[in-house]
Amino acid sequence: MQEGIQCSCCESEQCLSVIRGIHSDDSVEKTFLGNGRNGDKHTCICPIETLVWTNDYTLVQRARCNIDCHCLSMCHCLSMLSCSKQCSYPSIFIYGHRATGKSHVIHTLLKELELPYATVSCVECVSVGLLFEQVLLSLFGSDSASLLSRNPSLSDFVRVYKQLCVQASAKQTRYIVLDRAELLRDMEANLLPAFLRLQELVEDNVTVILLSEIVWDKFRPNTGCFEPLLLHFPDYSKGELQQILSEDSHPSYSPELYSAFINILLGVFYSVCRDLRELSLRLSMLKFQPLFSLPSVKESDTHKLWRNIEPHLKKAMQTVYLREVSSVQWEQQLKMEEKEAGAVRGLSAHAHVELPYYSKFLLIAAYLASYNPARTDKRFFLKHHGKIKKTNFLKKHEKTSNHLLGPKPFPLDRLLAIFYSVVDSRVAPTASVFCQISSLVTLQLLNQVGHDDQLDAPKYKCAVSLDFILAISRTVSFDMVKYLYDFL
Amino acid sequence: MSKRKVKETHMPVGECISQVQMILRERFCHQRLPEKPVGMESQHKHLLELLRRTAVHGESNSVLIVGPRGSGKTMLLNCVLRELLEVKDVNKNVLPVHLNGLLQTDDRIALKEITRQLNLENVVGDKVFGSFAENLAFLLEALKKGDRSSSRPVLFILDEFDLFAHHKNQTLLYNLLDVSQSAQAPVAVIGLTCRLDVLELLEKRVKSRFSHRQIHLLSSLSFIQYLDNVRSQLSLPQDFPDTKFYDEWNDSIKTLCEDQLVVDVLQSHYNSSKDFRSLQLLLMLALSRVSASKPAIKPTDLLEASRVCMVDSKANILHGLSILELCLIIAMKHLNDIYEGEPFNFQMVHNEFKKFLQRKSHSIHNFDKPVVIKAFEHLQQLELIKSMDSSTAKIQKEYQLMKLLLDHSQIMEALQKYPQCPTDVKQWAMSAFG
Repeated sequence: MQEGIQCSCCESEQCLSVIRGIHSDDSVEKTFLGNGRNGDKHTCICPIETLVWTNDYTLVQRARCNIDCHCLSMCHCLSMLSCSKQCSYPSIFIYGHRATGKSHVIHTLLKELELPYATVSCVECVSVGLLFEQVLLSLFGSDSASLLSRNPSLSDFVRVYKQLCVQASAKQTRYIVLDRAELLRDMEANLLPAFLRLQELVEDNVTVILLSEIVWDKFRPNTGCFEPLLLHFPDYSKGELQQILSEDSHPSYSPELYSAFINILLGVFYSVCRDLRELSLRLSMLKFQPLFSLPSVKESDTHKLWRNIEPHLKKAMQTVYLREVSSVQWEQQLKMEEKEAGAVRGLSAHAHVELPYYSKFLLIAAYLASYNPARTDKRFFLKHHGKIKKTNFLKKHEKTSNHLLGPKPFPLDRLLAIFYSVVDSRVAPTASVFCQISSLVTLQLLNQVGHDDQLDAPKYKCAVSLDFILAISRTVSFDMVKYLYDFL
Repeated sequence: MSKRKVKETHMPVGECISQVQMILRERFCHQRLPEKPVGMESQHKHLLELLRRTAVHGESNSVLIVGPRGSGKTMLLNCVLRELLEVKDVNKNVLPVHLNGLLQTDDRIALKEITRQLNLENVVGDKVFGSFAENLAFLLEALKKGDRSSSRPVLFILDEFDLFAHHKNQTLLYNLLDVSQSAQAPVAVIGLTCRLDVLELLEKRVKSRFSHRQIHLLSSLSFIQYLDNVRSQLSLPQDFPDTKFYDEWNDSIKTLCEDQLVVDVLQSHYNSSKDFRSLQLLLMLALSRVSASKPAIKPTDLLEASRVCMVDSKANILHGLSILELCLIIAMKHLNDIYEGEPFNFQMVHNEFKKFLQRKSHSIHNFDKPVVIKAFEHLQQLELIKSMDSSTAKIQKEYQLMKLLLDHSQIMEALQKYPQCPTDVKQWAMSAFG
């Protein structure tokens, strides 16, 4: 019997590589091999071994833990969890950015250590009944959920749980993992405080693990609640991201080329987004570039590669990153690009609706009415306006441009007045002009402000952006900028 | 391999540690009551006396135990109940009924729960009662002993008492307190709450039936008592099988508590909150570092545990933002400084950002507006900024007014720790005006 068993786990910053844990049967010795810089084994003390001794002394589990780059957080998690008759802290709150491995690490640990657990994603639970059913199903088997009534309240859940506990008493701590826990705040008000102290309410050895990307301070109810143990999952650094992304290499490319490619990709996208999921999505899309098979470019010629890829990356940022174009469309576009050079049409391209002639002028008039202050109308739209003096008030508040504050509401009369002065031909105020205003409201290019009942003096606001209106005014050859107060 | 079956006073280190973990975890994870609650002797005596009067002499009473979260209300009540139920005739007669404001959100549910806990479901059967009061009276009547002379005493324990005050008409509270005032049956109503102003929540008729007896648990431990408490919480009990290990462990705990580093850490914790729960959290974190190869708690463990407890979670989140998002936050900080906390919209932030790009930046690429909007929306998802008005008026997303939920000092601290932050961004953040 060996005393003072050490297991090696990488806690130093040099060893960020994949950790593989191999337990051999019938022996109490466990070693986690970590590849250091020179490839030698590191032996550091890690609280993982507390689990070993809490198990049955003779039982050794065979576990393969492939969790990369999160050794420290994993160690913390492991030390909080417990294998057998020991109790665990009633509730644990784990927070961190998206795609930092929170669910992955917890699920892997719970599975490898063969602990009884129930995992529920709060996004799926439209009603609390679904949440309770899933928990009972996973913890107690398939016929347990039938004990719940149709619209179970929390009281019913606790009662049924206590009943089932009596029949199947816990030898080990049970775990309930709630993913996207921030949605619990929007469900019934008593749900979150009750789950935090579930151990006390059901009098059983159960721990609730909450996973979220929002900090705990936002969760706390007004009168306080049971404070859970807070654990932070740190985000990946640039080096770690590179390592994770390069694991997935395509067989046709050499690893150096692939890692150079990832380097370039990270260089472009890292300053915008660090989400591992988004980056791997970009990567999978750009992998289908036929660039690498260009005969003129050798593998080692990275500069040429960079010049080849760069426009594609830039385009990807504008289209695929913004989800304007789906990944399927992107691939098709790339295949077609060899034959014809067309721009990738994204979703916002479809927003340029073809409007009739007078509607365009109505929209232009609406924009001018929203973004020009009313007192300046005289100056823009009358032939002989005379001088306009600036008062002291105006001089003090010059700075804020209306384009920063947003569109202002205007009455219908003002819109029509500007419209008549902007349109060059003579227009009669017929019903066709007025119904074009209503159709602009339906197209959501204008917003109606105020109550629907006000029929005699409706107010509107213009809801288009500057680029849009400039594009429209170009089609009718109207010099928009001359009429905007902010650009004087 | 089966050493644990052999009666030996010497166990291998691993086994000892596992035992220690089990014992201490039970203490910290709230599953075992202490023999005597610390620092609450007078309250303990008061409550015990009160409950004994109900249980033994048949006197009806009502009392509220008030104290902030984690100050030991449930612990006190459970200790008193444990002591009370040690007496044999009390144990046979008294019926405790535990209700919790979080679970019984409705008076109807509460009544069903009371029926269930008094084991009177068969007696009630399918009867339909006109009102809550009738139902309750029926239940209490059913508890009368065989000779119809006296009813069994019932202890109603209402956890989260303030939540019961939000029920419609406060019928449950009214009826329970009514029973405790009239001489129907010996009933004790014990409420536990964390709100000091709980009496304001009660209606006039309910408040008048309450005996206004309150037991306050405002922790009045001095620092020396706090340290003693830490030492006793970490020490092993007398009946630990391995005596050599027991001595070693308790000695190490004693030296630990005299270490200056540890005293400083505990002092800072004591200054922020004196309650037991946060102490147990701290000790739990320190305990998690104990293992067979490190069979004692070192001062660095406590220091590390304290650091984990007191960390600013928002700073951790700021650490993981991308450069673009960080620049947007700095732009918002500047807007807050210039306009003294007035809400801003996306256009203003974008304007500030563009000014920075034109004038001072060398390292940040000029991103398109939709990309910047996406970064802004990510910040909104992380709840670092919040929209000011939730009105239904349709405002374009770029013009919606927002508020920044971060403090000036938090942003500056996060910038210091941000990995590979470009210097021009740092300088922009520290300059006085955009």
